[in-house]
Amino acid sequence: MRGVRKAFGATIALDGVDLSVAAGEICGLVGQNGAGKSTLMAILSGALTPDAGSMSIDGQLYAPRSPIEARRAGVAMIYQELSLAPHLSVMENILLGAEPMRYGLVDRKRMREAAVTALAQLGHDDIPPDVPVGSLSVAAQQLVEIARALAVGCRVLVLDEPTSSLGADDVRHLFALLGRLKERGHAIVYISHFIEEIKSITDRFVVLRDGRNAGAGATADATHDSIVRAMVGSAPGDLFPRSPRRPGEAIVELGTVEPGFASFTLHRGEILGIAGLVGSGRTRLLRAIFGLAAVRSGTLRIGAYSGGAIGAGPRGRWRAGMGLLSEDRKSEGLALGLSVADNLTMTRLQPFGPPALVLPARQIKTSSAWISRMQIKCAAPSQPAGELSGGNQQKIALARLLHHDVDVLVLDEPTRGIDVGSKAQIYRLIDELVADAPIESARRPKAVLIVSSYLPELLGLCDRIAVMRRGRLGPPLPVAGLTEHDLMMQATTGATS
Amino acid sequence: MTARTLVDRAGVFFGLVLVATIFGVLVGSQFYAPANLELMARQTAIVCMAALGMTIVIATGGIDLSVGSMIALTTVVIALMLRAGLAPLGAAAAGVAAAALCGCINGILITRLKVVPFIVTLGTMLIVRGVAKGLAEERRIEAPISWLNDLLRSQRGAVGLPPGIWAVIVLALVVAGILRYTRFGRHVFATGSNERMARLCGVSIARTKIIVYTMSAALVGMAGLLQFSKLSVGDPTVAVGLELDIIAAVIIGGGSLTGGRGTVAGTVIGAAIMTIIQIGCSQKGLANWVQQIVTGGIIVAAVALDRVRSTRT
Repeated sequence: MRGVRKAFGATIALDGVDLSVAAGEICGLVGQNGAGKSTLMAILSGALTPDAGSMSIDGQLYAPRSPIEARRAGVAMIYQELSLAPHLSVMENILLGAEPMRYGLVDRKRMREAAVTALAQLGHDDIPPDVPVGSLSVAAQQLVEIARALAVGCRVLVLDEPTSSLGADDVRHLFALLGRLKERGHAIVYISHFIEEIKSITDRFVVLRDGRNAGAGATADATHDSIVRAMVGSAPGDLFPRSPRRPGEAIVELGTVEPGFASFTLHRGEILGIAGLVGSGRTRLLRAIFGLAAVRSGTLRIGAYSGGAIGAGPRGRWRAGMGLLSEDRKSEGLALGLSVADNLTMTRLQPFGPPALVLPARQIKTSSAWISRMQIKCAAPSQPAGELSGGNQQKIALARLLHHDVDVLVLDEPTRGIDVGSKAQIYRLIDELVADAPIESARRPKAVLIVSSYLPELLGLCDRIAVMRRGRLGPPLPVAGLTEHDLMMQATTGATS
Repeated sequence: MTARTLVDRAGVFFGLVLVATIFGVLVGSQFYAPANLELMARQTAIVCMAALGMTIVIATGGIDLSVGSMIALTTVVIALMLRAGLAPLGAAAAGVAAAALCGCINGILITRLKVVPFIVTLGTMLIVRGVAKGLAEERRIEAPISWLNDLLRSQRGAVGLPPGIWAVIVLALVVAGILRYTRFGRHVFATGSNERMARLCGVSIARTKIIVYTMSAALVGMAGLLQFSKLSVGDPTVAVGLELDIIAAVIIGGGSLTGGRGTVAGTVIGAAIMTIIQIGCSQKGLANWVQQIVTGGIIVAAVALDRVRSTRT
């Protein structure tokens, strides 16, 4: 792949990236969340077409327009979420789209033979060809997927985070298999967040950062440290204001809460950040704290409420003074078909009339006040939220927490996919919320819990940061003295340097 | 109100004006005579009453296929109660309560089993119809004559509209008010527009849905009362397939099966459009099949319009 470029609207996802992999080689592809790895692989596997740049296989020009064309050209992608049909049998999945035919009907005998051969090649003839794929373990399903790629003669395999849902034994088996495939002359691109995996299995590595090549080399010559440094890059600019803050009363307390094995105390006037890789369980922890998922064990206190007194589900959390900003703005954060006013005030309609009633005039008046305070660009409070830009939508979702006047703001990826201007504004706002207030003022500082994949954001905003790794939250550390490098090391290896 | 919603509502209204004009020209000016208009209002009352409830159900993103069966059950219950010697008011209340109970059961099944409303109410459509037939022992139930039989009868003299029409008008205003001016109404649209967001915002989805299906069914029970008034007997085989007319009225009126949209004004106009086509066709002497083709065409056109509107977002 040479000089590959891809833009989504105004966002440049890839800006002239090069990648090559030789037959009989495993090449590691690493980079932070959003560095462009997935986009690059989507282009390689034909799911996206590049805006510029070229690709070739064995010296032949390669320009797939669909995943099927890519497969015919010998490139197969093994995604994180397995793409098998769970109700079909193992052999039907392996030969899906390449069924052997006889007299216009599927020849099940030859199909079975081909499937058994493909599985035997992997050294896994223990997988029965007749059972439905859905009844197999995740590791076995992954093998079926690899067998499918080999059955149609693919020579280039791309594996995206293949170990994220595997146990240690399965990982060892997978690595042994990849080693055998390599010896047989397959070219393998291996994508992983886990540097130790890159170190142990790949021959070469390529680092992406912000859609550009940011380093490459032979794995044997690289240290863990040097790879992380290439992923992280230089220090960020000064986007983050910091008003004087003074931690007040403890307002949220977690005692070994499962999922997440999380223990921390959050105070008024404080921002606590949670770092970690995508899939490390950060969102699951936030959802449990907010009552959208079950707290399996441990203790949780929010303000004056603890245990059963908090009440079930998000309803109880809002009452206890906690609000969540969802990471998924479009499908959970907002109702895009409803008006800006409805979206903004949904959790607290009480002030708009006598009990149980909502007088639109009052709702519109309050919404207008928030719209001007948050500088939300919209035609009117009655405009459907879906017509606004991402940044303005996010401001509506955030204004909902302010309208409810929560004490604890739980923010999941608050600046994902929004423009720089809105970002800076949201940073300023979060800082204002926790800023120290004079005793005589009515305003009390809030507490903020924030999850973000963007490390400079966490370092710029937070007072303390805890790192989540493989489903467990580490202890919160004061931000002074922490670097992106430290956080990335912790997130990928668990080591504190 | 933005220009957009104005256009959306006016769309239905223009449809009404268009259909009314066409038949006015075809049939002649007697089409607009007060007596004829009243005839149309009487004709539309049953569908319109039930469609008020369906508007709320569809606004939550749900559907209720069992409403036709509930109408039949209501007529049977009312007739049985009258025959048992209950006062007319008590019998009517019992009929409406029977329908409301069916709706409550629908709501509970939908929220507890987490099965889509289409399937649940497809099942209860058959169950309720079966119950109605069982109660009536598969016969029409004759009932003693009472004032319940006069709900849709023309009022001679200056009194104006029949009481059944007034009931539709009053309940339409009540439902419109609930949807627009109550917290519950906001929760209905939030649930229909984006259920995950509603949950995140602390809306109790299960409670909202159970109330919605119960309320809707109570309105269907009122429609059943009007149906009884028209028939003056309890008939377990009445209103077969009527749920489709009721749903069609909501859809023509701008309701969206994906939820989050629908207005009472639109639904009433939707029901009116369908009635005008029916009555207009029969007064013009057009065959029943013409009327069905035209009504079907209007439904497809309304849904096509709905697609265009929702893809613009």
